[in-house]
Amino acid sequence: MKLQAARMSEWIGRKSPAEKAKLWTWIIVRTLLILGFCYIILFPLFLRLSVAFRSKVDIYDPTVLWIPRHFTFDNLKIAITATKYGSALLNTFLISSTTTIIQLVACALAGYAFAKLKFKGSGLLFGLVIFTIVVPPQTIMIPLYLTYRYFDLFGAIKLFTGKSSVNLIDTFWPFLISSGTAMGLKNGLYIYIFRQFFRGVPKELEEASFVDGAGIFKTFYRIVLPNAVPAIVTVLLFSFVWQWNDSYYVSLFLSKVKVLSTQLTDMGSALGVEPDPVYQSMLLNTGVLLMMAPLIILYLFVQRYFVESVERTGLVG
Amino acid sequence: MRKKSLSLEQRKAWSGVVFALPLIIGMIMLFLLPLIQSFRFSLSSIHIVESGFATEYKGFANYISLFTSNPDYPRSLTESVVNMIVNVPIIIIFSLFVAVLLNQKFRGRSLARAIFFLPVILASSAIANLDISSFVGGTALSGGGEAGANVLQSFELKKMMLESGMGPGIANYITGAVDRIYEIISSSGVQILIFLAGLQSISPSLYEASRIEGATGYEIFWKVTFPMMTPLVLTNLVYSIIDSFSSNKINTLISQTAFKTFDFGLSAAMSWVYFIVVAFILLLSTALISRKVFYYD
Repeated sequence: MKLQAARMSEWIGRKSPAEKAKLWTWIIVRTLLILGFCYIILFPLFLRLSVAFRSKVDIYDPTVLWIPRHFTFDNLKIAITATKYGSALLNTFLISSTTTIIQLVACALAGYAFAKLKFKGSGLLFGLVIFTIVVPPQTIMIPLYLTYRYFDLFGAIKLFTGKSSVNLIDTFWPFLISSGTAMGLKNGLYIYIFRQFFRGVPKELEEASFVDGAGIFKTFYRIVLPNAVPAIVTVLLFSFVWQWNDSYYVSLFLSKVKVLSTQLTDMGSALGVEPDPVYQSMLLNTGVLLMMAPLIILYLFVQRYFVESVERTGLVG
Repeated sequence: MRKKSLSLEQRKAWSGVVFALPLIIGMIMLFLLPLIQSFRFSLSSIHIVESGFATEYKGFANYISLFTSNPDYPRSLTESVVNMIVNVPIIIIFSLFVAVLLNQKFRGRSLARAIFFLPVILASSAIANLDISSFVGGTALSGGGEAGANVLQSFELKKMMLESGMGPGIANYITGAVDRIYEIISSSGVQILIFLAGLQSISPSLYEASRIEGATGYEIFWKVTFPMMTPLVLTNLVYSIIDSFSSNKINTLISQTAFKTFDFGLSAAMSWVYFIVVAFILLLSTALISRKVFYYD
């Protein structure tokens, strides 16, 4: 008996079944949770995908769950014509990519100034940058609209052309100007990210470059920027995606030029009279899918890089 | 010659000004002036005339009519504030939990991370959200079993919680959160990212030391991980509040007042009241939280 008990306790000491059981329960619970959340995230996406290729007959067929029985491209065709997909896609892509690159430059410059090149009043200016994040864009919506509607750069345009103002609504200029001056969509956040990152760049690196005879600007773009790839990737992806999805600025500045997000809101009326509301929502769903598709494809390529880089941005620093 | 006489510090300061110059111009032209102008507009009525627009001073009439004669504004304002108060705590707790989960080592972690950040890409637009409701209505026919099961589940959960002696208020809150799980997941992508980045920055030696002292995983979470995360809770709180206000009814109401009924003055007044409410909530919540925040320095 005694021997058995001793063996038992030895076995418990060696294998510690309670600990193991705890560990395994946790692993199982964790796996279930993660699978569940992933399912919740992916479910609507798959559903959209599955619905997009269904024909009208399949909507009311309760036996069709995932794989459409009457596979069709009709929804896709209707959605493409209703949204004028080609030109809208081109416009969206142009706006998103140009603003992304311009914003990146403007915000990186400003972030570097706040992090390393302190000047009188830079603290106050940074406070204002944070303030721009807090102020809802609606507060300055109307004056901003009027600024671009009657645009005259502090009176400079009147001086040169004699005209009192220029109408920039329905051109790409509002986007270019606001991203060039780091005042575009959520640019305060990007400046903040860059500042946090550049603060973590060691001083010795810059000093070494100064000693070697590089100027401040050269140090910035030859030494600091190549080390800031994680921050750059994060800002690139965020700004591209948010600009792509944005409907607020786009509907404010563009009424005749069509982009994907505004086309989608107008799609309901563009479809014309559709007696079946379910079929109409199915078509709308196809439209949403068309808008998301380029982003998903983009994400498939950059996701690994993105997930890794966010961790190293020093967003938290 | 003049360049030589400047010290490195001065040169740095000047190039700082040059680097920030676009921002300074933009700040004045596209932020500060519009802000002042918007405040002036809110005190007046505006007409579009041939050569531009004319303003007429009205005092606080816009603000008064907002609360006395406007049928929609007070209702949608309270609605968005209530929504915010309900959602933000859930979002923060959920994203911290998910970040802790995703920070652990397991097989397929990078895939799981990629999936969890998908909502950052997809659901950040108002349009994607806008369409989900009509879309869910459309699929209720094909995926009807799904929704039915869901309702049943949270009903059971509620009964269980009530029987275990929980207050009905809390039980309702939790089941409500369970029912809105998609909404919550899709609006907590950025927060998960921030928390995850924070978790990575905690030095492993802290965990090692507490393991040696004999702390359990539960204790380690509350005594090490959580205090180190509190600054980020503050960051995420601010972000979530701003984010929750960026897509709601009140924004559409403000835009509609401006561009459908062309009542610029009223719209500006609406946006100012809205801004003051947001700023007040932000101040209040940061003041409450920042007393508890722990800084490791």
